[in-house]
Amino acid sequence: MKRAALILLPYSWLVVLFLVPFIIVVKISLSDPALSIPPYSPTLDLSAGWAGLTSFFGALDFDNFRFLTTDNLYWMAYLSSLKIAVISTFVALLVAYPIAYGMARAPEEWRPTLLMLVILPFWSSFLIRVYSWKAILANEGLLNQLLLWIGVISEPLTILNTPTAVYIGIVYTYLPFMVLPLYSALEKLDTSLLEAAEDLGCTRFQAFWLVTFPLSRNGIIAGCFLVFIPVMGEFVIPALLGGSQTLMIGKVLWEEFFSNRDWPVASAVAVILLAILVIPIVLFQRNEEKQREAEG
Amino acid sequence: MAHSNPQDVFAPWTDPDAKPLIRFANVTKRFGDFTAIDDLTIDIYEREFFALLGPSGCGKTTIMRMLAGFETPTEGTIELDGRDIARVPPNLRPVNMMFQSYALFPHLSVWDNIAFGLKRSDMAKDEIPARVEEMLRLTRLDRFAKRKPHQISGGQRQRVALARALAKAPKLLLLDEPLGALDKKLREETQFELMDIQEKTGTTFVIVTHDQEEAMTVASRVAVMDHGKIKQVDTPAHIYETPASTYVADFIGDVNLFRGTATARGDGTYSIDYGEGSAPIEVSECDLSLETGASVTFAIRPEKIRVSSEPPEDRDNVVEGTIIDIGYLGNLSTYHVELPGGQMVKASMTNATRLSRRDFTWEDKIWLSFRSSAGVVLTE
Repeated sequence: MKRAALILLPYSWLVVLFLVPFIIVVKISLSDPALSIPPYSPTLDLSAGWAGLTSFFGALDFDNFRFLTTDNLYWMAYLSSLKIAVISTFVALLVAYPIAYGMARAPEEWRPTLLMLVILPFWSSFLIRVYSWKAILANEGLLNQLLLWIGVISEPLTILNTPTAVYIGIVYTYLPFMVLPLYSALEKLDTSLLEAAEDLGCTRFQAFWLVTFPLSRNGIIAGCFLVFIPVMGEFVIPALLGGSQTLMIGKVLWEEFFSNRDWPVASAVAVILLAILVIPIVLFQRNEEKQREAEG
Repeated sequence: MAHSNPQDVFAPWTDPDAKPLIRFANVTKRFGDFTAIDDLTIDIYEREFFALLGPSGCGKTTIMRMLAGFETPTEGTIELDGRDIARVPPNLRPVNMMFQSYALFPHLSVWDNIAFGLKRSDMAKDEIPARVEEMLRLTRLDRFAKRKPHQISGGQRQRVALARALAKAPKLLLLDEPLGALDKKLREETQFELMDIQEKTGTTFVIVTHDQEEAMTVASRVAVMDHGKIKQVDTPAHIYETPASTYVADFIGDVNLFRGTATARGDGTYSIDYGEGSAPIEVSECDLSLETGASVTFAIRPEKIRVSSEPPEDRDNVVEGTIIDIGYLGNLSTYHVELPGGQMVKASMTNATRLSRRDFTWEDKIWLSFRSSAGVVLTE
């Protein structure tokens, strides 16, 4: 009994805050848009009894999903999001690995400070941090001024409102999510393994490639998923930094909801996005499980 | 090391023409202000099983890490086969190390762990499997080749570490507390296995340990260290029977120490006064030439002292005492005996008879006796 009660708490949390909203979104995605409040029909009218229930379910259909296939915008947005997510995950990995490696090899007394520095940006608002990139990347922004002053360029570069700005913003924002799992994997690494590799004839680089890198695999996988999954649905960064050129499904979703007020189509977009993300989420969980098994 | 034939006793250190495999010449190693190794000079010979023994922090691990190439000496030279290796990086030395933590690669199978060094060597690719199989057989791991390190027992892991370090047939194998993680029974078995493998492969072994029994069991010579200095280098028997200093006598096994002044009686015999009112200890067969009045320490092992209820006739030194405590160890009993002067002496006797027929108990007045040649006189 006690156990059941204990389990009930997290489960009811999940049901109330995840499952119920999800069912509502699925229901809206199957509804038709309407000029009313809420902006869709049908709505469930329990006072009509059985007849009301059957007419309610009878009015649900897959029209919105069908609509998504008729307009190129949607699948292009999905593909574009996928591409941006894949590329920025890879770039984040390239940037984060040396950072995490440096942190893990730093003297032990420095490590909490370095860790703090990675987490510190979270203490200020995400929006403010993305906005400040506007000031840095603008044509008259800090970056261009610096480059002009050094003399690397003679004309200011156009970075803001291009995909490049989106990549910069995403990699910057999600970098801690990549650094932290990598750091935790690299920090656990026993340095005597590297000494053993060297002792057995490896150069430093070979020792890294044959020992450190494979042993940080779980950190790499965890970090990649932690970046890839949220970037797939990202809409603030492309909206603020990408201008109109950058197509991302999160932005499309936002526009359907708030500009078009077409809740049913927006919900259909969201349901498909979720379906796409279920694959990496399941893979991620399986990886975590495997790791726990190997360690246990 | 046990040799069946006493004629070919393995003792290259007694041969002045023998060339050492390793030569430490005036090696000093400092970490900041701390001197880990202080002006150390030793020779280690080919096929030796050499033990570095000492308490933690005495510098024994630093010596090993200098041999492996993970540390460079601050001063002095280290020669391997006549070549100065102080600046040679670890991956280019014909030296392999078995780490205290074993340092097995967790992502590789037992087979791949053993093959790791071979793949990095100039051995032809098609010869590697045969060499790995040979190592697996030597360490009796054939059945575990495909397992990952976390799927085998501690004892098996220890053998994988040994097989991996031996696979490249190094000139010198370093073992850092190789048996520290094993339980007592397994440790004892493994000690003999190590000696067996060392003899079979003919590799020179240098072992670091803080366990004196382990050092005594496996090694051909033992170096007892303290504070970055070597106190004594000798065979286990010599270290035990003729320690050079009270530090060594005290570090290796149990010992009774009597501080006193010597009176020369000529021809290597001395009397040692160690306390008011006690009869002096008579010592013979002493190699030291001591002035009368020199302050010395007389050291005698507990098992060299006999406990009896009547004063024996045939012993040179006889003293009466009271049993304060008895430590029963199964095969031995250790008696803590108080002498009239208040000094405590440990004497151990084998329990040749069953417990029920033991002659002595607490508070009994007994006689301790030992021969004049049973102990050693120390001046350090």
